[in-house]
Amino acid sequence: MSLRRPSKNQPENFEFNPSSLEAAKNIVAKYPEGKQQSAVMALLYIAQKQNENWIPLAAMKYIAKFLNMPYIKVYEVATFYSMYNLSPVGKYFVQVCTTTPCMIRGANKLVEACKEKISEDESVLSNDKSCSWMEVECLGACVNAPMMQINDDYYEDLDKEKTLKILDKILKGEKPTPGSYRGRINNEPENNRKTLMDLKNA
Amino acid sequence: MLKDQDRIFQNLYNDLGPDLTSSQKRGDWVNTKEITDKGRDWIINEIKDSQLRGRGGAGFPTGLKWSFAPKEVGSRPHYLVINGDESEPGTCKDRDILRFEPHKLIEGCLIASYAIQAHVCYIYIRGEYFVDGQKLQAAIDEAYEKKLLGKNAAGTGWDLDIYIHYGAGAYICGEETALLESIEGKKGQPRLKPPFPALIGLYGCPTIINNVETIAVVPTILRRGGKWFASLGREKNTGTKIFCVSGNVNNPCNVEEEMNIPLKELIEVHAGGVIGGWDNLQAVIPGGSSMPLIPKDKCESLTMDFDSLMAEKSGLGTAGVVVINKDQDIIKCMARIARFYKHESCGQCTPCREGSGWMWRMLERMAKGEASKDEIDMLGDVTKQIEGHTICAFGEGSSWPVQGLLRHFKDEIKKRNKFDPIVKENKNIPYLVDQHLLDKNA
Repeated sequence: MSLRRPSKNQPENFEFNPSSLEAAKNIVAKYPEGKQQSAVMALLYIAQKQNENWIPLAAMKYIAKFLNMPYIKVYEVATFYSMYNLSPVGKYFVQVCTTTPCMIRGANKLVEACKEKISEDESVLSNDKSCSWMEVECLGACVNAPMMQINDDYYEDLDKEKTLKILDKILKGEKPTPGSYRGRINNEPENNRKTLMDLKNA
Repeated sequence: MLKDQDRIFQNLYNDLGPDLTSSQKRGDWVNTKEITDKGRDWIINEIKDSQLRGRGGAGFPTGLKWSFAPKEVGSRPHYLVINGDESEPGTCKDRDILRFEPHKLIEGCLIASYAIQAHVCYIYIRGEYFVDGQKLQAAIDEAYEKKLLGKNAAGTGWDLDIYIHYGAGAYICGEETALLESIEGKKGQPRLKPPFPALIGLYGCPTIINNVETIAVVPTILRRGGKWFASLGREKNTGTKIFCVSGNVNNPCNVEEEMNIPLKELIEVHAGGVIGGWDNLQAVIPGGSSMPLIPKDKCESLTMDFDSLMAEKSGLGTAGVVVINKDQDIIKCMARIARFYKHESCGQCTPCREGSGWMWRMLERMAKGEASKDEIDMLGDVTKQIEGHTICAFGEGSSWPVQGLLRHFKDEIKKRNKFDPIVKENKNIPYLVDQHLLDKNA
């Protein structure tokens, strides 16, 4: 478990905006009565979305009140799970998978690209404060290795050159198209498909 | 090779579209009522006859698991929980089911819920698969609209609600009791067993937990019969399985194949062969990162199923095949896996929390050739101290790959790590008062 610390600069207040509030209420309704604590993970995620990809302590206190549970329980959850960012990561949050299946297909080249374009060290904001990058553990797209995730989207079958192009786009504030960058369709064996050919040609 | 008509996941590559209309053309949701009308016992027996084993890694017989649910619903409701927290390095099969075959999963949920008498089903999806989860949600919404879910779902007379619960980046939540803790809104730390979830699970109620792939194959098994499924593969290792072939192969891919398929066929035929040719193969991790690797000489004749891999002191796990060729440094590869486990340990049990870090740091030094000779045996010792001394199977999962490396590549480690900590030469070390102790001839 990695060491995760909240940011030193914390906003005073946090409140759900109307759309977050509606989403939060819908989520609480999914769970049985009296078990509203179950919604804490989803609510933290909503708070993170609303607050530019990170969760301030004020949001945890707000969620604790919202779900009628102790603040420490919310804090525990927020610090346990690695997808909750406790300090600002920028509007575009780049996560490069470097676990073995990606590593042996050259994930270190993707890391090099991030160092060149965004910042020398991981979890440090770029000069214009719009993005940051970090190495993460297996993202579950091993047959599309090497790959990275930017916010919610997966970018697959990459190499250094393609990564540089993608990063250029996000630094300009554009959203690159997610998916495979070698033009392959989903997880099929490229140019070597031997199964379900009738359906492919249909 | 498995015949195309025997493949369960016809839309694995999304040739046809994941929506309800195309799913129905592939046979989903056709006569679901007829299946449930045959009764709970028939369903559970048919699944037992098919010898279906759980696809999440442990390979527990599914029919048997379902039969553990209490026969009568008491004061506590029953729950069905689907485990889609797929985070095992090398595995990416559930993602394709979520995004391309969602209706197989949803129909499977309805049938399984009916069999174990659950009215609520939670599908736990790892947080990173948010986009794929949204696709499943769209399919669920579609099913509600067509009255395939909700009150009297699909005309079966059974009420069922399905909800998605997203994880947030914790590998350990793939462990079934940690997953339940996570749904309850707590840290994902595994519970002691017994009591088993089938009796005391989610919110203290009877809960059956199955992998996404296990549940998604259920409707097809019931339609075509347990006998058909059992005729594929071999005794106790029946049916088909989605294999994920990744790493140093020419065409990494997901492919559905028969159990007991030779590893060589999987790599050569479907994945386009090892990069640099078969002779360039170094080792294969056959079932996701927690299964011990297998060196090349054994890969020649290896068949992929639970029992034959167990005989090789490895396991089928999630069938995530990671191919490592000779261009890679095998110690470095394993050190990276050890780092994964160090990062993902939940921190509850001391042997795992501390040991996973020890193994990682030792392997990092071994990769650089900075370890001493006796550290190699010490590393083996550490793995034995972790294995079996933890609440959940994470202890085994983190120590087995290291044991596999020591079993098959000990010579390689020995060759690289010749450092001997005992001082052999007379050295003038100014701060050491007892210089005479270094005298070799004394």
